[in-house]
Amino acid sequence: MLSRVAENIYWMARCIERAENTARLVSVNANLLLDLPRGVQLDWEPLITIVGMNQPFRERYSEASERNVMRFLIGDQNNPNSILSSLRNARENCRTVRDIVPRSGWERLNELFLYAKDNVNSGLTKGGRYAYLTRIITGSQGISGLLSGTMARDEAYQFLRIGRNLERADMTTRIIDVRSTDLLPEETPESKAFDTIQWISVLNSLSAYQAYRRLVQVQVSRAEVLIFLFQNRLFPRAFNHCIDTVKDGLQPLKNSQQGVKVLADLKELVEATPVNTLRQTPLHDFIDRLQLEVINLHKVLEKSYFLPRLET
Amino acid sequence: MSIDLTRYSTNDFFDEMLERPNRARTWSKQLVAHLRQMDDGELAARQASAELAIKEMGITFTVYNEQDGTIDRNWPFDIVPRIIPRQEWERVAAGLRQRVKALNLFIDDLYHEQRIVKEGVFPAEVLKQSKNFRPQCCGVNPPHRVWAHICGSDLVRDRDGTIYVLEDNLRVPSGVSYMLENRLVTKRVFPELFEDYAPLPVNDYPTRLYETLASLSPRKVKRPVVAVLTPGIYNSAYFEHAYLAQEMGAELVEGRDLFVDSDDKVYMRTISGPQRVDVIYRRIDDDFIDPEVFRPDSALGVSGLIRAWKAGNVGLANAPGAGVADDKVVYAFVPEIIKYYLNEAPGIPNVPTYRCMYPDEQKYVLDHLEELVVKPANESGGYGMLMGPTSTKAERETFTKLIRKDPRNYIGQPTLGISTVPTVVGRDLEPRHVDLRPFILSGRDTLVTAGGLTRVALRKGSLVVNSSQGGGSKDTWIVDMEDN
Repeated sequence: MLSRVAENIYWMARCIERAENTARLVSVNANLLLDLPRGVQLDWEPLITIVGMNQPFRERYSEASERNVMRFLIGDQNNPNSILSSLRNARENCRTVRDIVPRSGWERLNELFLYAKDNVNSGLTKGGRYAYLTRIITGSQGISGLLSGTMARDEAYQFLRIGRNLERADMTTRIIDVRSTDLLPEETPESKAFDTIQWISVLNSLSAYQAYRRLVQVQVSRAEVLIFLFQNRLFPRAFNHCIDTVKDGLQPLKNSQQGVKVLADLKELVEATPVNTLRQTPLHDFIDRLQLEVINLHKVLEKSYFLPRLET
Repeated sequence: MSIDLTRYSTNDFFDEMLERPNRARTWSKQLVAHLRQMDDGELAARQASAELAIKEMGITFTVYNEQDGTIDRNWPFDIVPRIIPRQEWERVAAGLRQRVKALNLFIDDLYHEQRIVKEGVFPAEVLKQSKNFRPQCCGVNPPHRVWAHICGSDLVRDRDGTIYVLEDNLRVPSGVSYMLENRLVTKRVFPELFEDYAPLPVNDYPTRLYETLASLSPRKVKRPVVAVLTPGIYNSAYFEHAYLAQEMGAELVEGRDLFVDSDDKVYMRTISGPQRVDVIYRRIDDDFIDPEVFRPDSALGVSGLIRAWKAGNVGLANAPGAGVADDKVVYAFVPEIIKYYLNEAPGIPNVPTYRCMYPDEQKYVLDHLEELVVKPANESGGYGMLMGPTSTKAERETFTKLIRKDPRNYIGQPTLGISTVPTVVGRDLEPRHVDLRPFILSGRDTLVTAGGLTRVALRKGSLVVNSSQGGGSKDTWIVDMEDN
């Protein structure tokens, strides 16, 4: 398979996943807002931090108001990671591999992009937001399902899986990173109750709440949620499961030794770290390490499989 | 309200569906009866559903726009099919096969002995000034001695019903994917009509194209590696490049995916290392195909490609240099070319053409600018033309200067009253002008598509069918009259 095609499929999968995850992020934050104790302000800035876009955001907006953050994350064309930009990138990548991706996959992606573009204004209103984001999430999942159900398990499919799961692993760490920051600094009975709500919201943003209840069967607490989201091997958005899946996709390919080694080290790191005991700063440092390893893995893939960058 | 064809005015043009207002041609009877049963709301609804299908299927073309960069537009399509009886079509198809055969012999001759020039049938000065003659290709012997493997010839029908060839596109003709997609959309929109008519299928084209390309493979293997070489997603026909690659199961490649190694063979860069490529269906113009031989600043092509082709290590379709016959002045000589190589009379006539290189013909053109269409030799897409009847005085003066300065580059043709087909306009049917682009494949065998792409000028009164200038398209049905 062509190197360029492998790269395009990989990015298409990442961009679809990114659009979906961004929609989840916005949606959960908006819901959390409704559960806040009176007098507590929910900051929208952490959402910008999650996607690592503080600087570009500040260049374009003076304050991190709900409205500005929404605009930036949903429809801003200058934000390369906004939902709209991600879907556009996914579509452009898909367009160049239309000979590989099943036709219906392209049609659904095209349709989802057109929906996202045509309805962006309604998605920015409080009343229209829920329907808009839900459509993005179910639309992305529909495409993933369609591709899983129709693509031959050849190399193209492996790059799709690798891209999707790498992006997913990355986003899971980002969501934990920002949402694990205590919203209510003082220790009060009220804040204790809210702590639970906050961790439920983390689970919800990853559609993990039901699975957590079934697989862990305990109350929602920080320690258990961290173990679940980092180390669980069965839940598809848990970090450990994501990197297992990346490994499954990578292993059968030629020249995969270096990437497989990075994944093995990463897995050891995740499983050996007592994540339940990590408080704020150590947790943040741990997440930083994971994210650097994900970037490192991307670089290995680039070197092993993608087209050489043109010297300019 | 039902569709009323009594008010449909054919205005002295040949209408492909109606003999005169409210009177169907024999081959259109069922279609017309069907349309009459429909109410105007339903007609509009079917047109809308076709447009929705096109949007969802992502059938697009790209228009380059200085302000916004490139824009993807949905393919404009009209649901009313254009019908041609099979008997008539067989004659046209035979004429096309004859024409392409002669043109291939002509190209091969030009790159070898140039007998036709030496014997005074084709003027040396036309060849000398041809922009598309590539001296680098002299002496090359492509498989089957065929240079133009994929040809798209544009046909028009004049007022009296005669079908003429308007031009031959021998470089990188496009449109065939729309022919295929139009059929799919029409099947969704008018399924009931297919039972009555059973138009000849067109969907074997990708298979035939693959066979034609595979017959050029230097390696005699069961499944040669075929690649479609595209300039990339910003090309107006990118949709088609991707579509054909997908339908043929070929690789869609860009220049940067390929390289020519020191063994003069072409390889593509894959995730498991270099892989040999046998045949390239290139959709890039000669100028850009190999910076080693043609334009050195081209980033679209592949360095060394011509070297590999000359060494017989890769098949190229169309062959570099085939465009020499895709020239509006050469066009004027096609009847002579057919006579010279095949000793036959042309099966399909040329439009009468005045060649400005000859003083008497030039004088006629200059004296009749208001009636004629003037075309430059090497432009396509309807650019750089003078449409006499609708031109301004200033435009005619500009063209007078242009023709005097470079007579070899211009031809004049009478403005044809090209035929019309009923087309949905709002909730009604109105006549719109059409042409037809069939595609001719030449490899080991020669094949003509059943029909082709009917392009329609959607603007009232307009004769310009190019999609970049407000044109759309229709499905084209070749139907057996014995069955009806």
